Parts: sequence; structure tokens; C-alpha cells
Amino acid sequence: MSLRSPLGRVLGLGSAKEGVHHWWLQRLTSVALIPLAVWFAVSLITLPSLDHTTVVVWMAQTWTALFLILLVLIGTWHSQLGLRVVVEDYIHSGTKTLALVIITFAHTLIAAAGVFAILKVAFGAAA
Amino acid sequence: MAERPLSPHWQVYKLKYTLTTSFLNRITGVVLSLGLIVLAWWLMAVASGGRAYARTFTVLSMPVFKLLYAALLIAFSYHLVAGIRHLVWDTGRYLERAQSKRSAVLVTFISLVLAIVFLYFAFGAHAS
Repeated sequence: MSLRSPLGRVLGLGSAKEGVHHWWLQRLTSVALIPLAVWFAVSLITLPSLDHTTVVVWMAQTWTALFLILLVLIGTWHSQLGLRVVVEDYIHSGTKTLALVIITFAHTLIAAAGVFAILKVAFGAAA
Repeated sequence: MAERPLSPHWQVYKLKYTLTTSFLNRITGVVLSLGLIVLAWWLMAVASGGRAYARTFTVLSMPVFKLLYAALLIAFSYHLVAGIRHLVWDTGRYLERAQSKRSAVLVTFISLVLAIVFLYFAFGAHAS
């Protein structure tokens, strides 16, 4: 048994070691998104048409599918981290928790739907 | 939750370039988050087959959505360039006042040019 007080035990221990986690992930995802998002914007704009056949042929290509999945996952991750900060900064009432829950749910849904849709097309199941 | 006093909030600050660029980065980020909804919707439509896609495509081609795509391209242009400015700052460089003022102008200029290029190719080049 330690005779140190609870305060004494935490003093000098520093933070909970999680302080930079959010910050670092925001940077990491933003660096990854630079090429991914530019590639996506340019691809969409340069596709000859956006009819179903053209889009499916494009999306079913191995590298396209892979990059699209990365874009959806890292994009939703980055977006979730960013919106969370905006909510934490500007909403201070009880709606804050609700907003954060909605943000988390919505991003999970978007990520799951996006990845599922891309895989379905990539595996040739979207006739 | 108890009403607690808040530290000085955005309303009390003069709208200087520092605040403006920071605000714009946040607002464009929020706009891009909305774009994710449309992206997922569109991807699900593609995966749902030709007929379902055609129906969704009609909805997604409405003027309101074209307006949204324009907003997304502008927001992306800004968020991308301003984000790179933030990443450079994170390395500890260009943080002096004069440098930050110069990079603010640079970010505005580059993102404007980028937005015009995007908008031209998305809406102007082959009118869709």
C-alpha cells in the first residue's frame, strides 16, 4: 500500500498520454487525403460520362476500388475528427453530447455504406 | 448542465485575416463533410444497379445539387491549400507575423485559381 496521496500520485505524471492523439490523427489523415482527394476530384471530372456503365467500369478497376475505399475511410475519419472539434468549440449546452453521438453514428454509417458499395461494384455484383 | 462562464468567444474578436482564414478552413471543412453524405449516397446508388442509379442520378442532377457541387469544389480548393499551410506550420516554419500574412494571401490566391480551374472543367469544358 502506498502512503502517497491521490494528488501526489498524479502530480508529475504528465497528461493521460492521449492529448496529442486527436491532433496527430487529424494531421495524419490530412496528409493522406491530399493525394486521395485530388485524385478523386480529377477522376470524377475527367470521366467521359457519369452514366452507370462508365462509373461501374471505372469503379471496378482494382486500384480505383482500393483508392476509393481509402478515400471513404480516411475521409470520414478526418471529417469526424474535424466536426467533433467544431461541436466542442461552439456547442456548450446539453445538445453537445447529442451532436457528438449523431456525428459518430453518421460517419460510421457513411464509411460502412461507402466501403460496402465500392466492394459490391468491385466484385461485379452491381449489374 | 450548469451555466458556466465561457472564455472570450469568437464574437469579441475583430475579423482579421488570421481569424478569417481559420474560420474559412472550418466552414469549408463542414461543407466537405456534407459532401461525404452525397458521396455515400452516390456510391450506394452505383452499387444498386443501373435502374436505381438512373433514378438517383436524376435527383442528384437537380440545380440544388449542382450548386452543392460548385460549393464543394470551392470548399475543397480552399480546405486543401489552407490545410497544407497548417501542415507547414506544424513543422514550426513560417509562423512569424509577416510570413503568416504572406501565406494567407498566397493561400487565398492559389485556392481561388484552383477553384476556377475545377469549376471550369466540371461545368464549363463539357457542359453536362
